[in-house]
Amino acid sequence: MSQINRIKGGLVNQKKSISFTFNGQILTGFEGDTLASALLANNKKLVGRSFKYHRPRGIVTAGSEEPNAIMEIGNGAYKEPNTKATITELYNGLEANSQNHRGPLGFDLMAITDFLSPLLGAGFYYKTFMWPKAFWEKFYEPAIRNAAGLGTLSTEADPDTYDKGFRYCDILIIGAGATGLSAAITAASSGAKVILADEDFLMGGRLNTESIKINGVSGSKWAKDTVAALSAMENVTLMSDTTIFGVYDHGIYGAIENRASEAREYKDKPRQVNWRIYAKRSILCAGAIERSIAFGNNDRPGVMLASAVRSYANRFAVATGDKVSVYTNNDDGWNTARDLVLNNIKVVAVIDSRSISPVLRVPGAEIFMGTDVEDTSGRRALKSIKLTNGKSIVTDCLAVSGGWNPNLHLTCHHRGIPKWSEKIASFIPDESNPPGMSVAGRAKGTMVLADAIIEGHNEGLAVASDLGYKVEELDPAETQTVSYSVTANWGVPSGKNRAWVDLQNDVTAKDIKLANQEGFKSVEHVKRYTTLGMATDQGKTANVLGIGIMADNMGQTMEQTGTTIFRPPYSPVAIGAFAGRRRGMEFYPTRYTPSHKWSVEQGAIFVEVGMWYRSQWFPLPGETHWRESVDREVKQTRASVGICDVTTLGKIDIKGADVSEFLNKVYVNAFAKVPVGKTRYGLMLREDGMVMDDGTTARLSENHFVMTTTTANAVNVYRHLQFCHQCLWPDLDVHMISVTEQFAQYAVAGPNSRKLLQKVVDSNCDISNEAFPYMAAGEITVCGGIPARLFRISFSGELAYEIAVQTRYGDSLMRTLMEAGEEFNVVPYGTEALGVMRIEKGHAAGPELNGQTSAYDLGMGGMISGKKDFIGYKLGLREDLLRDDRMQMVGFKPVNTQDLLQAGSHLLNLRDKPSTETDQGWISSCIYSPILGHYIGIGFIKSGHSRKGEFVRAVDLVRGNDIEVEICSPHFVDPEGERLRV
Amino acid sequence: MIINHPLLGPRDSEEFVYLGAADLINRPSNWEHDASAEDFYQYQYIRENVAGDHRELWYHEQGDQSWLVVTRNTLSHEIINVELAQDVSRGIGRGK
Repeated sequence: MSQINRIKGGLVNQKKSISFTFNGQILTGFEGDTLASALLANNKKLVGRSFKYHRPRGIVTAGSEEPNAIMEIGNGAYKEPNTKATITELYNGLEANSQNHRGPLGFDLMAITDFLSPLLGAGFYYKTFMWPKAFWEKFYEPAIRNAAGLGTLSTEADPDTYDKGFRYCDILIIGAGATGLSAAITAASSGAKVILADEDFLMGGRLNTESIKINGVSGSKWAKDTVAALSAMENVTLMSDTTIFGVYDHGIYGAIENRASEAREYKDKPRQVNWRIYAKRSILCAGAIERSIAFGNNDRPGVMLASAVRSYANRFAVATGDKVSVYTNNDDGWNTARDLVLNNIKVVAVIDSRSISPVLRVPGAEIFMGTDVEDTSGRRALKSIKLTNGKSIVTDCLAVSGGWNPNLHLTCHHRGIPKWSEKIASFIPDESNPPGMSVAGRAKGTMVLADAIIEGHNEGLAVASDLGYKVEELDPAETQTVSYSVTANWGVPSGKNRAWVDLQNDVTAKDIKLANQEGFKSVEHVKRYTTLGMATDQGKTANVLGIGIMADNMGQTMEQTGTTIFRPPYSPVAIGAFAGRRRGMEFYPTRYTPSHKWSVEQGAIFVEVGMWYRSQWFPLPGETHWRESVDREVKQTRASVGICDVTTLGKIDIKGADVSEFLNKVYVNAFAKVPVGKTRYGLMLREDGMVMDDGTTARLSENHFVMTTTTANAVNVYRHLQFCHQCLWPDLDVHMISVTEQFAQYAVAGPNSRKLLQKVVDSNCDISNEAFPYMAAGEITVCGGIPARLFRISFSGELAYEIAVQTRYGDSLMRTLMEAGEEFNVVPYGTEALGVMRIEKGHAAGPELNGQTSAYDLGMGGMISGKKDFIGYKLGLREDLLRDDRMQMVGFKPVNTQDLLQAGSHLLNLRDKPSTETDQGWISSCIYSPILGHYIGIGFIKSGHSRKGEFVRAVDLVRGNDIEVEICSPHFVDPEGERLRV
Repeated sequence: MIINHPLLGPRDSEEFVYLGAADLINRPSNWEHDASAEDFYQYQYIRENVAGDHRELWYHEQGDQSWLVVTRNTLSHEIINVELAQDVSRGIGRGK
């Protein structure tokens, strides 16, 4: 029969059926149900197996504190494990599966572990799996992980999308229960910008689950009306199904909004939104969470928290049992008995551990005062309970209330430490809330509803006035005063039976005792030794109970025992929600140069450099190996002319009267007297004397310079220059801006480069060798008046130029150059050919500028001017950096020219065995030189500059290479630089 | 964190890049003296590990590219003061 436990009423829409499956069985529920309430309506009491002992477990709570009812929702890539059934809004087609069992849920093959439980107490793993040591990784850990555990991941990429959002408000109110609504309506009436957030999809908190009246109407009606009133106000943003999970600095709150229902309907909509809320003030109205009592076998399906039993009856119209019993140590447990009777659900007994008179009259129920529950029976569902007075009671649902814990989690996110309140037998927030946060209602320990409403009202008023808003005269909502009193009851002696404290991590009262006996005295240590409070629910129902048991064991107060530290997130947040849209290709920006489209048309192979897509090589039809393409590009460039897109190099435009003085301070070499129309190579150090970057800087006019940096360091160098200017020399007349993306720039290299450029450059611009010699720079026009900048600089070692135009002309300039170069057999070349030519020429690049090399190491010590201060000058003179036996950059060539030389090879003296002690250095960059016909490399070796001509071994143990190489000059091609100047 | 930029108002710390102690502004100028090696060593490497108010450099990279001196309490993250680094630099006589 369908929904046999469904009763009349509730806040679910009993006219609208919703179909879902549980472990493959098709079931129905109603609109407004959670997965948990629908399961209970269908009499599904056994919903999962426990973490360690595979004990049968049922639903315990009706909120985000649920320890047991965690399930896998959805299938395939959409599957999400460890989802709490108690907060999952039911929708059509929902697929739920129980977790952590082998075989059917009812006959879990792993339940054998339960019979081994005497062996599996606290610290079991630490004590047992000590040796042999090697077994841990290979055998013990996989076996334990397989047996214990939670749901399984789909292992497929998450197909859902997640968004990030930002919201700003004056007052963030966390929790839309009686207190939160009361605070919101007062604060909002002042005109302050208010955000009201609640983790439930239905606002109202426990007002939706109680039978009390407010202002003469039912609590849920009052909540609904108040929410409607708030939603009509322009200055209020309501965020239901939104959990505030963290409190960060300066009024920043992390919030997860669950939008699963919308995402299921529209595939492009986000499943969750990770909001960052900036709030001037916040009021925490997060209510309280009920706790259990530790007694024997208190984990059977059917043993639930009393508040949850009440929620299922009042809000979800579900009877959690035919014969319900109530076990409490406080007045509120009696409200459950009362409400069940009102809903025509049979209450067979009320057991109160306090020796006082009965709090209420409960028709039809046996009342036991000063009595406790000692044990329960029923393996897959509760059948009966045994009391300390020896009496047995037949019951299929035991509603337990051990008292209420203020939900103060968020008050401790800045290391606040809760204090103990004897009055309510629980921890309450100290004054050490995060700045800007105040607390009201039950979250503060104000357990009487009427008082909580007034407190919320007053706090809303006070905070709005603090922020300078005028608050209207409003009266707080009125309700009957229902008193609350409690006497702590942490547990009942359970003999051989286990009394469970943390249901999700299977921690018992005995485990805590064992930990205490073994010398774990700090609550933090007990937590880690027993795993109390370490599961996905973070012990929301277990922690205070565990602390109480620990305090009793050790004969100390609750205050002395203390709580563990509360940290964000309040409840689990999917990693995907933190990533948002930044995944796959959107992980970081993709940067294309202006001629990217042209490169794609050429079939270029691309490589990512500093987020840029650069052409790596341009394969021609028939070329099957990258080396074929790269060798061709190099040969053609050196023989005639090649073009390379160098747009990605950093470009910084610098203007001002003091630029040359400024450059003199940031480069090792002299820049004070660079003439207009000239460019100069510059080497930049960090303050510690290590090389930071290199590049050229051209002086276009008296007060106008343009600097280039390496592609990878463009951002760092600009930041460094701004630091040097603003922090060190603030009154130098220097103005900088990065123009990397404003200019497209192409290297035109090879003996025919000038001839090619002359076809493109306007005829009034003379670029002959005499008028525009090596290292010349100037502003010219091309193609009939298009402004361009021309630099006669060379990375390849050939006669070469770099030509820059505004970005929007980049594509057409590339096409124009290629067309003009046809008669010279022009070739486009990529970063590989660029690399080959720079190694042939002995230029240091990324692998050499590794942050550990000085100018001397690179053989550029001679550039250093001793006549000026510059960044890195003084510390670059440290004794150790000037030693002759440092790793110095030189060239290497194989003795046998057939040999393969590889970057990453280590260098050894000929007779040494490879070891850290005998290591002489390494090959940093290495290529096959199509010009020389063999491999060449540059690298670092001890005292390299004075060892040219010596023979050493290049050993690569990883790739099994061991060859003899000769140390030589790194300048392999045209060492005198004659080609540059023709 | 929120940094109250002196020119632009409150900005999220995500827009900024952190460098280190504001002492880095006070670069030694006596480079010609042999004894300055020690001063540069102190300048480059020696930092107070402050538990309390700490003056430090933040760069508004995703904004106006100002270097700022932010006084932040390292225990509470409270930001007590924010100044333009160039003003601080001038204040200690690094201007012309």
